[in-house]
Amino acid sequence: MELTTIWFVLIAVLWTGYLVLEGFDFGVGMLMRLLARDENERRVLLNTIGPVWDGNEVWLIVAGGATFAAFPEWYATLFSAYYVPLFVILVALIVRAVGFEYRHKRPEAQWKRRWDAAIVFGSVVPALLWGVALAGIVHGIPLDADHDFVGSLADLVTPYALLGGLVTLTVFLTHGAFFVALKTVGDIRHRARALGLRWGAVAAVLTLAFVAWTAGRDGDLAVWIAAGVAVATFLAGLAAAGAGREGWAFTGTAFAIAAVAAMLFLALFPDVMPSTLATGTLTTTTAASTPYTLEIMTWVAAAFTPIVIGYQAWSYWVFRRRIGVHHIPS
Amino acid sequence: MEALDIARWQFGITTVYHFFFVPVTIGLIFLVAILQTCWHRTGDERYLRLTRFFGKLFLINFAMGIVTGIVQEFQFGMNWSDYSRFVGDVFGAPLAIEGLLAFFMESTFLGLWIFGWDRLKPSLHLATIWIAAIGTVLSAYFILAANSFMQNPVGFAFNAETGRAELTDFVAVMTNPVVLATFPHTIFACFMVGGALVAGVSLWRMMRHPGEDGVDGDGDGDAFRISFRLGAVFLLVAGLGTMISGDFQGKVMTEVQPMKMAAAEGLYEDEAPAAFSALTVGTLDGSEPVLEIKVPHLLSYLGTGTWDGEIRGINSLQAEYEELYGPGDYAPNIPVTYWTFRAMITAGGLSMALAAWMLWATRGGRTPSRRTFTGRWMLRWAVVLPFLPLAANSFGWIFTEMGRQPWLVFGLLPTSAGVSPSVSAGTVLMSLIGFTALYGVLAVIEIKLLLRTIRQGLPAADPPRPEPDRDPDAPLAFAY
Repeated sequence: MELTTIWFVLIAVLWTGYLVLEGFDFGVGMLMRLLARDENERRVLLNTIGPVWDGNEVWLIVAGGATFAAFPEWYATLFSAYYVPLFVILVALIVRAVGFEYRHKRPEAQWKRRWDAAIVFGSVVPALLWGVALAGIVHGIPLDADHDFVGSLADLVTPYALLGGLVTLTVFLTHGAFFVALKTVGDIRHRARALGLRWGAVAAVLTLAFVAWTAGRDGDLAVWIAAGVAVATFLAGLAAAGAGREGWAFTGTAFAIAAVAAMLFLALFPDVMPSTLATGTLTTTTAASTPYTLEIMTWVAAAFTPIVIGYQAWSYWVFRRRIGVHHIPS
Repeated sequence: MEALDIARWQFGITTVYHFFFVPVTIGLIFLVAILQTCWHRTGDERYLRLTRFFGKLFLINFAMGIVTGIVQEFQFGMNWSDYSRFVGDVFGAPLAIEGLLAFFMESTFLGLWIFGWDRLKPSLHLATIWIAAIGTVLSAYFILAANSFMQNPVGFAFNAETGRAELTDFVAVMTNPVVLATFPHTIFACFMVGGALVAGVSLWRMMRHPGEDGVDGDGDGDAFRISFRLGAVFLLVAGLGTMISGDFQGKVMTEVQPMKMAAAEGLYEDEAPAAFSALTVGTLDGSEPVLEIKVPHLLSYLGTGTWDGEIRGINSLQAEYEELYGPGDYAPNIPVTYWTFRAMITAGGLSMALAAWMLWATRGGRTPSRRTFTGRWMLRWAVVLPFLPLAANSFGWIFTEMGRQPWLVFGLLPTSAGVSPSVSAGTVLMSLIGFTALYGVLAVIEIKLLLRTIRQGLPAADPPRPEPDRDPDAPLAFAY
């Protein structure tokens, strides 16, 4: 396989890892209002993701950095074209992270309510906009011969892209609810599962429409297969939740997110930034760094990725125990 | 204003802001790790309480450091897309490796440290903060290697066909003489911030609440005396390291960026031997200054290591660059470089002098009374102390980045050629206002939280009870 193809796959893997991992902590953030009934329940929710959300967010930093290193043209075109959505995402991620760290620093109810609002805003907005952006990239945006974006905001928010955003929003919410069901004990666990099933039904319909639209536009067999896997694993996850198997429910939504991401990257390949105009399309070869750079990066990635995955997995293992309201110190 | 100017202001504001949290994080994590190590080895509960206290201050800062850091990475592509296209092949790799090697390590092990008090056995828990601390230093190396390429491009070839700089020698990029000098200078400067913060806060607590005679004391004065001395000594040692590495850096700078050295001095004509300008009052545009204090031969030594070495002036460098790169103005903003360079040295030097004085005044268990002249002033300076090395860090970065102008990548890419062509001035202005307003509000909240935590004083020791001793249903420590 060509180095450029390997790096396309690696970047797809990094974005997929990011969406699967931060997907559930975005979902948990949204549940602060939808699920938790009192202060102790909100604290249980936050503590399910407390030790891991920051590590999850690093997947985004590494995905961005790897795109910069392996495909500078892709990084430059994508980030400058999506200027406004990325600005909004950055603001959302900032207030969300600060909310996590600051809300418990003061006892006043109003202080906590404000940070809860920041956490909900900071979870809903990126969950929606990442889907809009990923679908929009696959759809294509107007680029000139220098690969610079020449459209307006309306070119980024097409109906297809918007549907993509609704899919990530609802799927992440379901994914987060199943995560909470898996990580808690007591009343909140059962309500999380029920809420996940309700939102999961909505997400299933949206996902079905989105993957059919994507595969229909593209027509490639591999894309159809990924689309089928996405729907099947998501429905299997819902069925497992219905049967009270929370571990399998969460595994199902995790695989469904990975399959949707795989479908989008398969539909994209070999382009990385298709243009809706006659000019400007970037492909894995025209956007790539030199073979020398890619080779060095390949060695570094091959040496360190297993170590990173190893200690991240270990940290999930350390915090494997379910928690409940009785663990919250008064 | 054009998109270029607004994009530069945004990069300046967001970077200076980000770099308030970076040195606090790097400096403080090592001190917290040292305090926890002391507790682990002695079992003295005062160390555990100090670990928890400074751990809280550390975490209030750390959250801000990460999220403002994501803005930095995204900004290259958002505002500087042509820059990203030009250098991505060289500059992207250290950035990506920084994430993979360092950020994962920092975030994962810090998560384990914050939430793992009751889940990990004590020695393993102690290891997590040391690993996270090593991660912060590793990340500094990679990002400084990337920055050093912009100061002194090495290990690359310009490809006319693709119109970009392409990597030819990765080892040369990672061992750029600039990064070898900048890395120790930056890390020591970060340690100064951590030391000054711990020393200032501890001294303030120790003098306000000495715990003697039961008068307005909580009895924690002797615990804070330990951390004060640790912080002050740490600051002094780091300050010495900053000076030595800074001297080394000055020589590298004279060699690879002579224009920056000339701009730091406001030196217009070549001089051998060159005098160090300690202070200038009057005009800096080359006409006669009103008042100037000069130290003979010192600049020659700082720049070349010999007392009579030649230091080149702005005018001859300008002529040389015009011949090399074509017509244009190749000098940075002289008042900014001249004064930030001096402000950096003054703020850093003052913090060391204060720490030495404070250590002397508190020797042998003394605590100057707040009612005496010395005591009153020491309390005031204790409040100022943490801000001095922090300001020195900012001045240093403003100097080094403004001193690189008008280049984005020295000698290769002018700053004006790096900005995103597809992003309008209005759009950049919106994000500039948005980030500035958000950062301003968060700064106020953060400072209030820090003060509140400092006022609350040492928390209870609350020794961790890791499994299997722990009741699995008992409340967990350090939870959100």
